Amino acid sequence: MSDPSIWQQIFDFTDYGELLALVHNSLVAGAVLGVVGGLISTFVMMRDLPFAVHGTSELSFAGAAGFLLAGASVVAGAITGSIVAALLIGALGSRARDRNSIIGVLMPFGLGLGVLFLSLYKGRAANKFGLLFGQIAAVDTPRLTALVVTSAVVVVALLVLWRPLTFASTDPELAEARGVPVRLLSPVFMLLLGLTVAMSVQVVGALLALSVICTPAAAAMRVTASPALVPILSVAFAVTATVGGTLLELGSLNIPISPYVTTISFLIYVVCRMIGNVRTTRGWSARAGAAASSAELALEGRA
Amino acid sequence: MSDSVLRLTGAALGYGRRTLWSGLDLDVAAREFVAVLGANGSGKTSLIRAILGLQPLSAGRVEVAYRPVRRGSEDIGYVPQQRRIDPLTPLRARDVVGQGLDGHHWGISLPRPDRRAKVDAALHAVGAGEYAHMPIGLLSGGEQQRVRIAQALVADPPLLLCDEPLLSLDLPSQRIVTSLVDRRRRERDTAVLFVTHEINPVLPYVDRVLYLAGGRFRIGTVDEVLNSATLSELFDAPIEVVHVGGRILVAGIPDTPEQAHHDHHHDDTAIA
Repeated sequence: MSDPSIWQQIFDFTDYGELLALVHNSLVAGAVLGVVGGLISTFVMMRDLPFAVHGTSELSFAGAAGFLLAGASVVAGAITGSIVAALLIGALGSRARDRNSIIGVLMPFGLGLGVLFLSLYKGRAANKFGLLFGQIAAVDTPRLTALVVTSAVVVVALLVLWRPLTFASTDPELAEARGVPVRLLSPVFMLLLGLTVAMSVQVVGALLALSVICTPAAAAMRVTASPALVPILSVAFAVTATVGGTLLELGSLNIPISPYVTTISFLIYVVCRMIGNVRTTRGWSARAGAAASSAELALEGRA
Repeated sequence: MSDSVLRLTGAALGYGRRTLWSGLDLDVAAREFVAVLGANGSGKTSLIRAILGLQPLSAGRVEVAYRPVRRGSEDIGYVPQQRRIDPLTPLRARDVVGQGLDGHHWGISLPRPDRRAKVDAALHAVGAGEYAHMPIGLLSGGEQQRVRIAQALVADPPLLLCDEPLLSLDLPSQRIVTSLVDRRRRERDTAVLFVTHEINPVLPYVDRVLYLAGGRFRIGTVDEVLNSATLSELFDAPIEVVHVGGRILVAGIPDTPEQAHHDHHHDDTAIA
């Protein structure tokens, strides 16, 4: 990125003002996606849904490709595809086993449809690959507006549902007994997840949505079990990956954003996992053992 | 002891044409410890679900604290059957207890001193203060069960429902859990309905027993229900009840498909 020749090349075909505007949009898009992805990935991990994210993103890709072929809005296509997927998965797969097989069936079908639409599409080739591997530079102002508005809806909904959704995701039986509408929350969450997937398909691409909607919380959960700290860290990790990836991508001409985002995301996970392993072997388990035996003894004496 | 906390009147529950139980009248008073016994499939868990308002009765009424039951009643503390908790669950013991207080409320949880104090008190009451900050998934089964009891009791409900809370616990943990429940009802007059398929761990504390079997039931003190004559009549088969060293052994309960399930409970040669 500091290589002057590459900067030179960029300046060769884009005037300065346009580049700034382009970078500005991409950075905002990356940051917004990082916040939503980081927050929702907390629940994706709690509810064991990473595979559903992957399946949803393939159908979102199919939707976007279909709309692109028809000359309609890619944003609307991505949202349509992922909402159909989210509702199908939510309606048909209440049990984990059912869910996984349904996703396994839907995913190749979606990908196949998408490939068909793209083969028929005669427009710019960059549009095709963008849907699969990400095209943050293509985020123009109307698309950015759609992204920001959708994100705001998802974030507000998540904040309102936060506690009951956490309860329903970690202990559905007890949550139901306490009056949490567990069965209603499930499709509502899938809908929010569908919207988030549709957004990330436009930025990092269908194949790599998981790096924003699963990896950040998976990393955070390795280093903390605090329900307040997990989403905060998760958002920080996701924003680092998306914004960092955008900044790094500026240094290249032909490489899409996704390898930068996924690599940062992956490295954060690896570091967190190592920290988590040290914590488990040295800290948590040692403390647990000591606490357990002393408490057991104390209560034995009393009983 | 006259305060009725739980009252079932002419209660019946069935699925389709199969009746689990019917004509059930049960009054549980404050401070009373009632054990619910019976094989799997006899309707113990369904009884709990009916009291929680999750399962409508096919006949009769359930009232908790003189009010008809409804889903999510704050008058009931509930300890569900133990299940495995994923080690990566992002909750510490104290967060699980906090869920019992306000996990069902909308919005996000903001730190409040009075909430903190209640959670701490509930954790200390079950001797779980030392691992309050441990991830719940890394605790042993016995520790998790203590945290669940704190979770059920943190809102100070007049009625505590326990559904097989001793399942898959070792003997020392079983003793701790039962003594914690007993201490609570003595200190705070909590009424306890304790579903179990083994009477012996709760024998020292039980006031009355509800025995469900094949659509019928018996209610009474341990001696009134757990004797050869009553059980033989209830099961319509010769059953022998023996008292050995302060424990009750029951022999001759007719084989049911659930029999195999009981076998892993090493602690008893027979099931009460």
